[in-house]
Amino acid sequence: MRGQGIWLQSISGLGIAFLYLPIIVLVVFSFNASRLSATWQGFSWHWYGVLWHDEALLAAAANSLWVAVLSTSLVVLLGVPAAMGLERLRGRGRQALETIFLLPLVLPEVMMGVALLLFFVMIHWPLSLATVVVGHAAFNLPVVIVMVRARLQKLDPRLEEAASDLGASAWQTFYRVTWPLVRPAVLGAALLAFTISLDDFIVTFFVAGPGATTLPLKVYSMIKSGLSPEINALSSVLVLASMGLVGLSLMFQRR
Amino acid sequence: MPVSRGLVRFLGFVAIAVLLWNGCDRGRETNQQGGAGAMVTLHYFTWSDYVSPELIHEFEQAHGARVVVDTFSSNEELLAKLQGGASGYDVAVPSDFMVSIMAAQGMLAELDSAALPNLKALEPHLQHPAFDPTHRYAVPYLWGTVGIGYDSTVVTPPPDSWDILWDKRYRGRISMLNDQREVFGAVLRSMGQSMNTTDPTVIEAAKHKLIAQKPLVKTYASEHYDQLLASGDVVLAQGWGGQVARAMRDRPSIRYVVPKEGGTIWADCLVVLRTSPNKALAMQFINFLIDARVAARTSERLLFAASNREARAWISRDILENPAVYPPAELIPRMEWMGDVGKVMRTYDRAWTELKMQ
Repeated sequence: MRGQGIWLQSISGLGIAFLYLPIIVLVVFSFNASRLSATWQGFSWHWYGVLWHDEALLAAAANSLWVAVLSTSLVVLLGVPAAMGLERLRGRGRQALETIFLLPLVLPEVMMGVALLLFFVMIHWPLSLATVVVGHAAFNLPVVIVMVRARLQKLDPRLEEAASDLGASAWQTFYRVTWPLVRPAVLGAALLAFTISLDDFIVTFFVAGPGATTLPLKVYSMIKSGLSPEINALSSVLVLASMGLVGLSLMFQRR
Repeated sequence: MPVSRGLVRFLGFVAIAVLLWNGCDRGRETNQQGGAGAMVTLHYFTWSDYVSPELIHEFEQAHGARVVVDTFSSNEELLAKLQGGASGYDVAVPSDFMVSIMAAQGMLAELDSAALPNLKALEPHLQHPAFDPTHRYAVPYLWGTVGIGYDSTVVTPPPDSWDILWDKRYRGRISMLNDQREVFGAVLRSMGQSMNTTDPTVIEAAKHKLIAQKPLVKTYASEHYDQLLASGDVVLAQGWGGQVARAMRDRPSIRYVVPKEGGTIWADCLVVLRTSPNKALAMQFINFLIDARVAARTSERLLFAASNREARAWISRDILENPAVYPPAELIPRMEWMGDVGKVMRTYDRAWTELKMQ
């Protein structure tokens, strides 16, 4: 028994190391005084300073934040009612709608990107930051639906029935009973969608238009013109932010 | 009827959300165009780091316009983006061979030479480049060569030929570009052939020469070979001059040579896109970027040569004399532009795949 425990521990240790070592190396080298990412020349905050004064990069970061905020609001606005609707549907329509809503989760992102691009071109919607927002909403919608539904399924239907019984209108039932109960799941889903949107490269790559360079796109193009620890510094900030958001999201879900 | 009510409610929500969204977006668009004192916005699509914010601000102030910069990382990405239907960009920076492709696809607007007085000051060898001899669509902006970066403390005597990349003494300390046409270009020039050859037997021979070289090659890298050179992991690297010049800052013993057999010359060019809504301003922007002093500042920062010959007057001497930035004048006739090889590209593709699978 004891031996088994050690095995299990070392295997999970290796697994965690495999996942996190590259990130740790990345963060450590963001404090490197040297321009080279291969050699260590002492501790320095230099690259964070460079990052702070890099206008193009900050503009890209602002774009990313805008896209994340707007697309998240959009998916919450669409996803919560969709989840509630799905929960109430009965019969064949539900199965069909469920499949349709969840398909983007399993669809390769590249296909999603190409499809969205073709769609925007077809309806003559010029590519811009707005198309990126819509694109992100498209792949984040199923995420929100799945998470909110998981919560809805656990709700006791008698609570809503009781509310109606006591004379509450449909809206009152929603505001006073259903919403407070699903709110943690909605917040969690929103934070997760926000994080996914912030990190997305593939769909963004296809649907971004003039003036819509997001942070991941910018980083990718920077790698081409020569790596510098500025990218490490930026990645460290992003890792920290993403971790914080995912942590928050988990906290809301547990509640 | 709980089913249909739920559905109706849901569809209603969707409709409202879509309408709201549409409305928001319209508002934003008109704001951008009509608001802010009717300021024109110029969209510049370029390589990351190609333009410094100070220069952009100078242009913005001089012309009362706003410049929005977006970046791409390869010519192929630029082409894909525009083919995919992205419109709204005004000025882009394709490389020489991509200018031909984009022009053939009708993506470029004809330039107005009257609006580009700085065109007169181009370097002699850029005045009638093969890809656009009359500057109908493109103005060369920055240019350079592909050659060999090496560590002069290890590689002695200084090499002058591509053959050094086949020298067994440097086994495992050589890097080649991870770029099919460039790698074949180097080997073809070393064989005394054109790097745009379409002769399958020559390509076959070039492939065998590359396969023979492969055991000596540490890596095929297009992005971080400057770092490999600077850290000493490789002592010979096929590479773009500017990037090798940047490695020199970290390891002063690094030198650059354009082999005597010649190599690639490249130029990134300024073009106006056919779909550009602000063509006149776009021409002014191009003329601004190739202005001698502006180009000199860009050149000093990026360590690529400026297309404007008068820029040399403003560039510091050590950069002018660095062959990685400005190749020696006597070598320029031996340099070759990368051309379109048409269907033979498939032969190159196959040979490259075979090399990589060895």
